[in-house]
Parts: sequence; structure tokens; C-alpha cells
Amino acid sequence: MLKIRIIPTILYDEFKMVKGVNFNSWRTVGNIIQAIRIYKIREVDELILMDISATNKKKKINLELIKDISEDSFMPLTFGGGINNIEQISQIIKNGADKVSINTAATKDLDLIYKASNNFGSQCIVVSIDYKVENNEMVIYSNSGEQRTKLNIIDYIKSVEEAGAGEILLTSIDKEGTMTGYDLKTIKYVSDNSKLPIIASGGCGKPQDMVDLVKKAKVSGLAAASMYHFTHYTPNDAKKNLENNGFPVRVKSI
Amino acid sequence: MTIFNNKKNIVIIDLGISNVQSVLRAFNFFEQNVKISDNIKDLNEASHLVLPGVGSFEKGIKSLIEKNLHDTLLNLVEIKNIPILGICLGMQLFATYGFENNVKTKGLNLIQGEVIKIKEIDDIRIPHVGWNNVNFLKKNSILINVEDNSNYYFTHSYHLNCLQKEDVVAEANYGLDFVSIIGKKNIYGVQFHPEKSLKSGIKILDNFSKINA
Repeated sequence: MLKIRIIPTILYDEFKMVKGVNFNSWRTVGNIIQAIRIYKIREVDELILMDISATNKKKKINLELIKDISEDSFMPLTFGGGINNIEQISQIIKNGADKVSINTAATKDLDLIYKASNNFGSQCIVVSIDYKVENNEMVIYSNSGEQRTKLNIIDYIKSVEEAGAGEILLTSIDKEGTMTGYDLKTIKYVSDNSKLPIIASGGCGKPQDMVDLVKKAKVSGLAAASMYHFTHYTPNDAKKNLENNGFPVRVKSI
Repeated sequence: MTIFNNKKNIVIIDLGISNVQSVLRAFNFFEQNVKISDNIKDLNEASHLVLPGVGSFEKGIKSLIEKNLHDTLLNLVEIKNIPILGICLGMQLFATYGFENNVKTKGLNLIQGEVIKIKEIDDIRIPHVGWNNVNFLKKNSILINVEDNSNYYFTHSYHLNCLQKEDVVAEANYGLDFVSIIGKKNIYGVQFHPEKSLKSGIKILDNFSKINA
């Protein structure tokens, strides 16, 4: 049986691991290399790494960092932040990442998703979607939450699916960093209206938040960051709680 | 004759379509005589061959042909009995045919069978991505000291259907049971990514590297 993936997210700017609330007031919560080392020791299901200022600062992708991280990491790695062309994706994968997460570039032109999935396979392409709920409407934001788009979320997901995306990383900006639980309603709505595997993100503050979500919505992965940075809970605690509630997770390191 | 040469020389075949570095790094965890190559000479000197890959069946076969490796590979595996491990698409390329978007492509035909899309039934989402447990149906050299039902990391939209049931070593379930490990003489294949499956994945690579040609 396929397991629900418990995925720590690492947001960073240069080598600082950062964490914000609602995509704002970023603070440094550690060193990215150390954090990754700990997740490796804990043998997590998968890791997502996001350079949060890459798009807005028009930074070059830090390939050395990707190479260093993947050197002795025998688990899936997703890398995101500032990706807007095929050559970059090729370089990122060559340096050891398994998947790339594309956000802003996809909202502007789906051709990149189409070309990327054609070149590297759908399994390699994660489309990351950041949204807010405004007057009961889901509004998609690009550029790390700075730019409001006019995209309709369901139409958008259908179009990225057609373009060949393999997964959706769905992040609630309203919930992000608040540790008040996932946005159950929206995640359920999106999941019910999509055929792609969904990774839910934003708001997880305790293991029970994950159980509350999977009881309601069909998700393939549960991303979290603050819970691991600011509480004593580990990915394994989260899994044990899910297992105790009857959900399939990979608990043993076999 | 490999019998006079016990030195290990594992060659990871580079189809130019995927991340082969991570396969190299995983082998390097326990073995240093490993290289990535798409050179016929290197392949001919290999004690063990590894064919990794993700993505399109058609592109995979095309790449083997364009790099002039298609016939060399068949010769090494079928005539010289060099052990080969196919990973993900690499395993699928062993099949007789692959079907993608209604296009039929000839495979290596090392394993009788065809590669088809995962069926979208019930809650099944495509691709099949994540950790899934693998049920061993029979013994195999690459599974020595590996616990039955271990979890492995999968990511694929197509799967292999074997015509000869005896070629199937293990299955996993995603809506339906599908082939996750194959074994036939010196031919081994895994649908999942051992290089991304932590210790239990490394163990399979280690076992493979210990098989004598």
C-alpha cells in the first residue's frame, strides 16, 4: 500500500534556513546544512528545499549547494525557487535533485511545464501553488506571495496536469507559519477536483493536524516546517500518530 | 572471460535522460569500482551493468540506439551473461514492447512482456509516487538479507506486465498488484529507485554487485 509521505520543508535564503508567517517576517531558524544533516539521520521520506528569494532577487540557482546536499542523501529531494528554464532544470537534476518545484514561471507560461515534463518525465515536475482565500475565493499568488494572479485554481490545476506536471504542492499563504492546522476545506476541494497527487502545505503545528487533514482530504504528502523547527515533534512522531489513527505511513527504517 | 578477472567493474549506462549521479553515489557507498559511461569500450569491460532511467520508453530506446549501445547491450547480456540491473525505466526497457500515448515502441525483449500505463481506478492518482511496500514472491540473489515487505520509493506512470510469471520476483500494490522486481538468469530489474530508498535500497545494489558473472 502506498504510504502518505511526511515531508519536511526547508526554506532558505543563502545558507540561512528561514521561516516566516504568511510569507512575511522571515526569521533565521538555523543553518540549512545542519538541518539537512539531521533529516538525513532521521531518514525522512523526502525533503523539499525552497530558495524563497530566488525569483524576486533574480538569483542564480546554487548548484553547489544541491550537489553537496545530494552527495550522501539516499532519499528523494525536491528543489525549488527561481526556476524558469529547461537548462536550469537539467543542471539541477544533474547535480542530484530528483524533482523540481516550479511556481512563478508556471503561472506565467505553461510551456515550461510542457517542455520540462517532456524532457525529464512528469515524475520530475512538481507545480507549486501558493494561494490565499479572499471573500471565499481561492486566489493564486506568484513571486513568493507577492503577486496576485487572476488564475482560477481548478482550471489552473487542470492545465498544469495537461501540460504534464506530476505533483501539486499546495500551500496556503494564510496558514503558512501559523501552526494552527492545515486549510482543510480548500485542500479537500482542490484534491476532489484534481487527479494529480497533492502535497499539502501550510499551517501544520502538531501531529494531530495531519490526522485532521487526511481524515478529510485525499493527500499524497504532508509538508511541514514550523512544527519541526519550533516544537519537539519529529517526522517520526508525526508518522506514529498517523499510524495509530490507521493511516499508512513508513515507520520503520526498512 | 570474466572468470579470470575478479575485479569488479560496475558500469552505469548513461542514457542522457536522467539523474545517474545519484545511482553512482549510492553504489559508491560500498564500492568504488563504479563508473558512468555511454562508451561501448567501457560497457564491454564491465563486470556488472546498470541501466537506470526515468521518463519516456520511446526516448530511452532511442537513446540506446543513437548511442550505438542497443546491440552491444544485448550481446553482453544474452551472449556473455553479464549481470544487468534495470532501474525504473531501465527495467521497463527490458520488455518486448512499450506503449505510450497509443504509440507502440519495440523494447530490448530481454523479458517477455509489455509496459502499459497504470490504470486510473478508484482513488488511484498518476504518477504512483512515494513509498510502497514490496511483497517478495520468490527468492532472488538481489534480495539476500532484505526483509520482505520493505518500503521502497517509487515514481512512475507506467508499469511492466510480464508474460512469463516466473520472471516476476516481487509485486507492489497500487490499485492493482504490479511487477516491482524481476529476475531471469543474469537479468534483474526493479521498478522503484533503490538509490533513493535509504538502507533497504542500498542493500539491493550491494547484493547485485556481489553477483558473480
